Amino acid sequence: MTAGEPVLEVRDLHVTFGDVRAVRGVSYAVRPGEVLGIVGESGSGKSVTSAAVMGLLPPSATVTGSVRLRGQELIGAPEKRLTALRGKTISMVFQDPLSALTPVYRVGDQIAEAVRIHQKVTKEQAMVRAVELLDLVGIPNPGQRALGFPHEFSGGMRQRAVIAMAIANDPDVIICDEPTTALDVTIQAQVLEVLKTAQRETGAAIVMITHDLGVVAGFADRVLVMYAGRPVEVGAVDDIYYRMRMPYTVGLLGSIPRVDRGGRQPLVPIEGAPPSPAALPPGCPFEPRCPMAVEECSVAEPALLEVGPGHEAACIRWADVGVRPPGRHAAQAAAAVRGGRGAQEVVLRVDGLVKQYPLMKGSLFKRRVGTVHAVAGISFDIRQGETLGLVGESGCGKTTTLMEILELVKPQDGRIVVLGQDTARLAAGDRMAIRRDMQVVFQDPLASLDPRMTVHDILAEPLRTHRRGDTGSRVRELLRLVGLDESHAARYPQDFSGGQRQRIGIARALALEPKLVVLDEPVSALDVSIQAGVINLLDALKSRLGLSYLFVAHDLAVVRYIADRVAVMYLGRIAEIGQVDTVYDGPMHPYTQALLSAIPLPDPERERTRRRILLDGDLPSPADPPSGCRFRTRCPKFRTLAANERSRCVESEPEVRALAQDHGVACHYAEKLEVVQNHEESHP
Amino acid sequence: MAGFLARRLLNYLVLVAVASSLAYMLAAGALDPRSNYADRTPKPPPAVVDAQLTALNLNDKTPLIQRYATWAAGVLHGDFGRTVTGTSVNEDLARRAGVTFRLVLLGLICGSLVGVLVGAYAAVKQYGLFDRLSTGMSFLVLAIPVVVLATMLILVGTWLNENVFGAKVFLVSGEYSDGLDTGFWGGVLDRLQHLILPTVSLSLGLIATFSRYQRNMMLDVLGADFIRTAVAKGLSRRRALTRHALRTALIPVVTYFAFTFGTLLTGATFTEKIFGWHGLGEQLINSIFTNDVNTVAAIAFLAAIAVLAASLAADMLHAALDPRVRTA
Repeated sequence: MTAGEPVLEVRDLHVTFGDVRAVRGVSYAVRPGEVLGIVGESGSGKSVTSAAVMGLLPPSATVTGSVRLRGQELIGAPEKRLTALRGKTISMVFQDPLSALTPVYRVGDQIAEAVRIHQKVTKEQAMVRAVELLDLVGIPNPGQRALGFPHEFSGGMRQRAVIAMAIANDPDVIICDEPTTALDVTIQAQVLEVLKTAQRETGAAIVMITHDLGVVAGFADRVLVMYAGRPVEVGAVDDIYYRMRMPYTVGLLGSIPRVDRGGRQPLVPIEGAPPSPAALPPGCPFEPRCPMAVEECSVAEPALLEVGPGHEAACIRWADVGVRPPGRHAAQAAAAVRGGRGAQEVVLRVDGLVKQYPLMKGSLFKRRVGTVHAVAGISFDIRQGETLGLVGESGCGKTTTLMEILELVKPQDGRIVVLGQDTARLAAGDRMAIRRDMQVVFQDPLASLDPRMTVHDILAEPLRTHRRGDTGSRVRELLRLVGLDESHAARYPQDFSGGQRQRIGIARALALEPKLVVLDEPVSALDVSIQAGVINLLDALKSRLGLSYLFVAHDLAVVRYIADRVAVMYLGRIAEIGQVDTVYDGPMHPYTQALLSAIPLPDPERERTRRRILLDGDLPSPADPPSGCRFRTRCPKFRTLAANERSRCVESEPEVRALAQDHGVACHYAEKLEVVQNHEESHP
Repeated sequence: MAGFLARRLLNYLVLVAVASSLAYMLAAGALDPRSNYADRTPKPPPAVVDAQLTALNLNDKTPLIQRYATWAAGVLHGDFGRTVTGTSVNEDLARRAGVTFRLVLLGLICGSLVGVLVGAYAAVKQYGLFDRLSTGMSFLVLAIPVVVLATMLILVGTWLNENVFGAKVFLVSGEYSDGLDTGFWGGVLDRLQHLILPTVSLSLGLIATFSRYQRNMMLDVLGADFIRTAVAKGLSRRRALTRHALRTALIPVVTYFAFTFGTLLTGATFTEKIFGWHGLGEQLINSIFTNDVNTVAAIAFLAAIAVLAASLAADMLHAALDPRVRTA
C-alpha cells in the first residue's frame, strides 16, 4: 500500500432514487498510486457509487454523505467546480466502449477536446497530444488512427481511446467501471496491461469496479466487496481472497468456475438471488442466502467490524467464517463418462462444415464484393452422454456453427449428421422428428421467453406441437426437474430472476426428452453466484437423463466445468480439440495457450507470478483471413520461428492432426506448454 | 462518395422519367378536354374542336401512345406544351413555381429550425413545464385543419392590425400589392408583409411535427453513453448537449426535412388558396377542373423532381453529418 494522504475519500455515501435506496453508506479512501477494487454482483450499487462520486447521476437521485477529492468536498459543490475537476483531477473509463464515444466525431478530436477543455493549448498542440496519448495506450499507427471515426475502431481499440481520454490531463484518480466486461478475454488482458501503463504514467489512484473477482486479483491492492448497496467486506487483496471473514465473499469465491481447477468438482452456488433494493430484508441483507445464518442475523444489520489490521467485515459470525461452507444446493459430483469414447453412439457429427456470407454492395444493382468466411471447414463429433464445449472469442464462428446445425438443412459444404441422419437428405417429416430430439437453450433467458405466455404455456407448447398427451403432469415434472416450484407455472417470465428464467428455458428444452441439447452461452448473462447453480443443474440433468450437450461459450472456465471435450475455434477454424483436462493442462496450439493464459484467476498470489502471453492486435476480418495459418498474424510462436520455418505457416493452412489420444491441434509447430498451473498441485 | 452520388443521381433520373410518364398517362386517360367545348354557345362544330384539340396535343382521337410521344419529345426539349386555353405551360408554371418555392422554402426553414430547437429543449427539460406546453401545443396544432388554422391567423392578423398597430402590418391577401409605387425597398417591405402570415401558417404545422420528432431523437441520444463520457471528461452539460447530443440527434431528422420539402411543394395548396397566392398547388386543382392535361403532367413532373432532388440533398446532408454513412 502506498503511504500518503488519500486523494479520494468517500464517507458514508447514500444514494436514493425515490424510495429505492441504491447505495446505503459506502466509505472508502484511496491513496495516490493505489488500486482499489470494488466487487459486487449486478444491483449491488457499485456503479451507482462511482457515478455519484463523479456527479453523473440524473437529477432524480438524492445523494448524501461526503466525497472529498484532494480535500475538496464534491457533494453539493456547484456544477461549475465539478466541471473543472471532471476529466482533470478525476476521470472515468466506462463499461461499453462501443457506445462511449460520440459516433460523429473523429477519435483524435474527441481526445483533443478533453485536452482543450482543461489546458490552454492550441488546436494543433491538443491534436499532437492526442496522438501521443493514442501511442501511449498502444494504438498502432496513432497519427493516422486519430483521424478515424469510432466505428472504424474495434471494441478493444475504442476502450484504449477512452483510456487515452481519461488520462489526457494527468488525473489523480481514475474510476474504471467494468472496463473489460464487454471485451474478449485476450483483449481484456491487453486493456488491463494498458491500464497498468496508464497508472504508471500518471501515478493516479485507480478505483476498479468489476463483478469479476479474477480481474481485481492481480490488479488491486485493496478490495471492497459490496452487497445490497453496502460494503460487506473491505481489506487488502490477500485478506479478501485467503482470509475472508464474510460468508458472502466466501460464497462468491466458491461459485466462480476456475480455469485452473481440473476434475469434476461441483461449484458451490449461493442460494437464492440478491435482494431487490426496493425490498430489503430486515437485519443482514445476506441472511436469507447465508448458509451460516443464525436467528440473531435477522434482527439488525451488522456494521462493518474490524476483523484484522486494515480488514473489516460486516458479519456477526465473522470469527467462524473461513472455511468454505458447503451450499445446500451443491450438486453431487457426477460420475464422469470419460475414456472409452468409441463405445458410445455418435449423436452429432460435423464434417468439414463451411458457411460463407456474401458481402454485397449497391442499392439498386447489388453485386458481390467479397465473402465472409464465417466457418471455414470444421469437423467434430459428440457421442451419447458427452458434452463438447465450443469456445472462442467473438467473431470466431461458434454461433454460426450452432445455427447451421439447428437449421437442419444441407450446409454449403461439408456434412452434418444429427442422430444418425444426414441433414442433406432429410424430408420434412424427419426434420420434425429430429427437432424433437434436438433442443436449444439460448443466451438471454428473458428475450427467449414470450413475455405474454405463462410458464405453463411456455412448457406446454412443445408438448402440444408434438402431440404429447397429459401436458399438466409433465409441466409439473419439468418444473421440479429444474428446481422450480410447481406453483410457479401460473406466473409470467418477468416475475422471475435471471437464474430462474434460464431454468425455465432449460425446462422448455427438456420438455420433449431430447437426446441432444444445444446451449448457446447459457450462463453468460447471469451473475456468478447464480451462474454456478445453473451450471450444476445442467451437469446433474446430463447424468440423470443421459443427455449430450453442445455447449457454446466464450468463457473457458465455465467450459472446463461442464464439458468433457473442448474445441477451440479461431476465425472459423478449429485450432485445438480434445479432452478437457488434456487441453487445459497442456495446450499445444499457441492460440489456446494465449487464451488460457489471458484468463485472470481469482487468486492474487498466482496472478502476480503468472506469465501472461499477450496477443497483438485484434482478430483479422473474416472477410479477408490471412493466408496459410489464420493465426499467424498474431501468433507468438510464429515470431520466434526462423524465416524458412515461417514459410510453412504462410503457405499452407494446418489441418487438425491428432498429437495424442483424443487431442488434435491445427499447428505446424505445436508443442506442449503449461500456462495454467493446476490448482490442486500447488495448493494440496 | 462522388461515385455513390452519381449512381444515386442516375437512379433518380430514371425514377423521374417513370413517375412523370405515369402521371401523364393517368392525366391524359382520365381528363376530358373535349368536354370544355360542350358547354360553349354557340356550340363549335366538331371539326373545329378536333383541330383545336389536335393543335394542343389533347385530342382523344389520337392514340394515347402517340400523344405521349409528342409530349415526351417536347419535355425533352424543355417544352411542356400548351394549356387548354393555348397559353404556354412553361411561362405560367415558371411564375407560379417561383411563388410556391418562396413560400415553401421559407416556411420549411422556419418550421424545421424552430421545431428542432423546441423539440431539443423539450427533451432536455423532459416533463418540465416547457415540455408539457410544447407537447400540448403540438397536438393542438396537428389536430386543427390547415384551413381553420390559416383563417384564424387571418382573423388574428387583422385584429392586431386594427387594435395594436393601428396600421396594416400584416397583409392577408395576395403576394404583393398591385400598383404600389414606393421604390425597391418599399416593394421588398410590401412583399415581406404579405409573406409573414402564410409562412407562419405553413410553419406551425411543421414546428409541431418536427418538435415531436426531434424530441424523441434527442431523448434517445440523451441516455447514450457518449454523453456521459463527454460530461465525464469535463464538458459542461450545455456543451455536451449541443456539441455531442444535438449533432447526433439531428441525423435522422435530416431525412425527414428533405422529404417534407418535396411533399410541401404541392401540399401547400390550402395555404396558397386561402392567402390568395397563385402557386403550383392552386394551379394543380384548377387544371384538374379545366381538364388541363399538360399542366397537370407538368406539375407532377415538377413534384417528382422536387421529391428526388430533396432526397438527394438528404443523402448528402446525411453523409455530411454521419461519418458511418460515408464509408458505406
